[in-house]
Amino acid sequence: MSTIDSQINTKGNFDASLRLRSTSAFRSKKEEKRYWLLLSLFIGVGLLASLGLLLYNNPVPVDSPSFIPVVKRRIVAIVAMFVAALCHSFSTVAFQSVTGNRIITPSLLGFESLYSFIQTSTLFFFGASALVSFSGTEAFFLQVALMIILSLTLYGWLLSGKYGNLHLMLLVGIIIGSGLNSVSGFMRRLLSPSEFDLLQSRLIGSVTNADSEYFPIVIPMVIITVLCLFFFSKKLNVLSLGKDVATSFGVRYQASIIYTLVLVAVLMSISTSLIGPLTFFGFLVAMLSYQAAPTYDHRYVFPMAFAIGFSILTSAYFLLYHVFHAQTVVSVIIELFGGIIFLTVILRKRSL
Amino acid sequence: MPKIVIVEVGSNSQPQFSKHKKLWTFPFILAILIVIILGIISLFTGAYDILGKEDGWDMFFITRVPRTIALMLTGAAMAMTGLIMHLVTQNKMVEPTTIGTTEWAGLGLLTVYLLFPGPSLVLRMTGAIVFSFVGTMIFFFFLRRVKLRSSLIVPIIGLMLGAVISAFSTFMALFFKMSQVVEGWFIGSFAAVQIGRYEYLWIIIIVTIIIFMYANRLTLAGLGEDVATTLGVNYNHLIVLANALIAVAVGIVAAVIGNIPFLGLIVPNIISMTRGDDLKSNLPWVCLLGMGTITLCDIISRVVNMPFEVPVSLILGTLGAVVFILILLRQRKSRRLR
Repeated sequence: MSTIDSQINTKGNFDASLRLRSTSAFRSKKEEKRYWLLLSLFIGVGLLASLGLLLYNNPVPVDSPSFIPVVKRRIVAIVAMFVAALCHSFSTVAFQSVTGNRIITPSLLGFESLYSFIQTSTLFFFGASALVSFSGTEAFFLQVALMIILSLTLYGWLLSGKYGNLHLMLLVGIIIGSGLNSVSGFMRRLLSPSEFDLLQSRLIGSVTNADSEYFPIVIPMVIITVLCLFFFSKKLNVLSLGKDVATSFGVRYQASIIYTLVLVAVLMSISTSLIGPLTFFGFLVAMLSYQAAPTYDHRYVFPMAFAIGFSILTSAYFLLYHVFHAQTVVSVIIELFGGIIFLTVILRKRSL
Repeated sequence: MPKIVIVEVGSNSQPQFSKHKKLWTFPFILAILIVIILGIISLFTGAYDILGKEDGWDMFFITRVPRTIALMLTGAAMAMTGLIMHLVTQNKMVEPTTIGTTEWAGLGLLTVYLLFPGPSLVLRMTGAIVFSFVGTMIFFFFLRRVKLRSSLIVPIIGLMLGAVISAFSTFMALFFKMSQVVEGWFIGSFAAVQIGRYEYLWIIIIVTIIIFMYANRLTLAGLGEDVATTLGVNYNHLIVLANALIAVAVGIVAAVIGNIPFLGLIVPNIISMTRGDDLKSNLPWVCLLGMGTITLCDIISRVVNMPFEVPVSLILGTLGAVVFILILLRQRKSRRLR
């Protein structure tokens, strides 16, 4: 019954849109209005929470000379949240469209294992002094470049050619990730305790101890990549219909997929090396934004995903810092929420 | 006259079965010999000098013999659970690591630690078994409800499910300040095995016997619910039984040893590539190869950093990942995956 109803419904809307001669991305004016309302609501929440993070409970008054330095320290955290929200929302939505599957995320591809593997093997093979000097902008660039090159090799190898298969690529990516985890765990066992301490402090990243030294390169890079994805929206709309449909619409399927995945890899590696791993954050954001933006047009889904991501991060940090006074568990709680929503979504799915 | 015809049809209809029935072939005896040799090497590998020191032989019976027995039992158990999972789910990528069973077992251990301070081994084992049973049943329930477009999606979902469960364990551990338990559990090692700490692994022998008894029925279940029911097997009962066996084996190993990754994936896949899918004649092979692989890995883990030890799960994880990827790439050429 319900399928018939929905068919009638879509047919009715189809007729209506024909009458109006419009090609809107939304099914009705009401939904469009709701979209803009929700978008501005999320942006408002995000701005309010970040303002709160900046000013609330500030020990120095506004007119004191030490006000600016205090705020500057807090701005770093907010910029890091901005970058994290941008990276995870755009990459997850694009990745899910390209893979045609709304329950997998690019963090599956093992970027954080690769990150910890690079750090561990630097220490293991070249010693502590090498790890200490392996910082600054060049090292950051080198690391991101290494991650992108490795993911490119993976895509190029497993996605192209006669046997190209997206699911196979994903599975191989996951397994490489877990293998790398084992290898770096193995190497960590052979380190001396002092070296291990040094490494441990490197591997734990979070929004609050992001290194502001990288911002001048990271922010332009992220914004350019995100714009590339945004202007690729029309292609993404077609790609999300699947390989056969996209090919018959005249999209070069393989090339477009690899292009998207490279952009996703750039975003994920920047985010991982700046603030550390967040596995289910992207999933949470994408899931919520599909609910809030009832459209398949990526030009509308992307901004919504970003607004939701930013407002979740900032308000979670604000609440846990100033209301519950639990500072260390923010990322764990976001992950937990994402994980629980993942479970409920999976158990309600009918087909994959 | 018609009698003879029937007999002929009967003997010709299952040629492959009669071929596979021969178990005691030369390669099988060779494999047994290799496993025995590995066991002897394992008995004489270690930092303590057994032949030179006075109490060497005491040491030998306190730690080395239990350790080797534990290795053999664990190897057989993990390899067999993998094989049963492959059959029941009809998916060659499913095993305790890839569908989250081990993570559930870890959550069970943690819960027991939270509910009963300083729990006994029996309690920990029960917790691990109950949780891994529940977790595996949830995944099976999910698999049966959902229509799948590709068989590869199953391990992807399973690994994500495992990540959720382990994120939950990490959260609990952080919240109740139990990180050490989780950390110690996620890295499986045989270093602590000695007399008085491993005896529960003998339960695995019982599990093995039950699996042998139900081997033919489990093979039928591998043909799918409809076929199995037509052939007179109670499919639902069999699924619950298979899950219970898996949960017992995984739970015991999780409580006594820790996390042993990928063994249930690589061993049955290698066997089924070379021998086909008849459970009853494959089971001895799978047990043997499982024992051999884990013993070899454990010997490496003891030798590589000599006076110290490296957890065997790290070596198995590395090796298992490589073999898993090779299996995937091999299968991608035959179009089995689509």
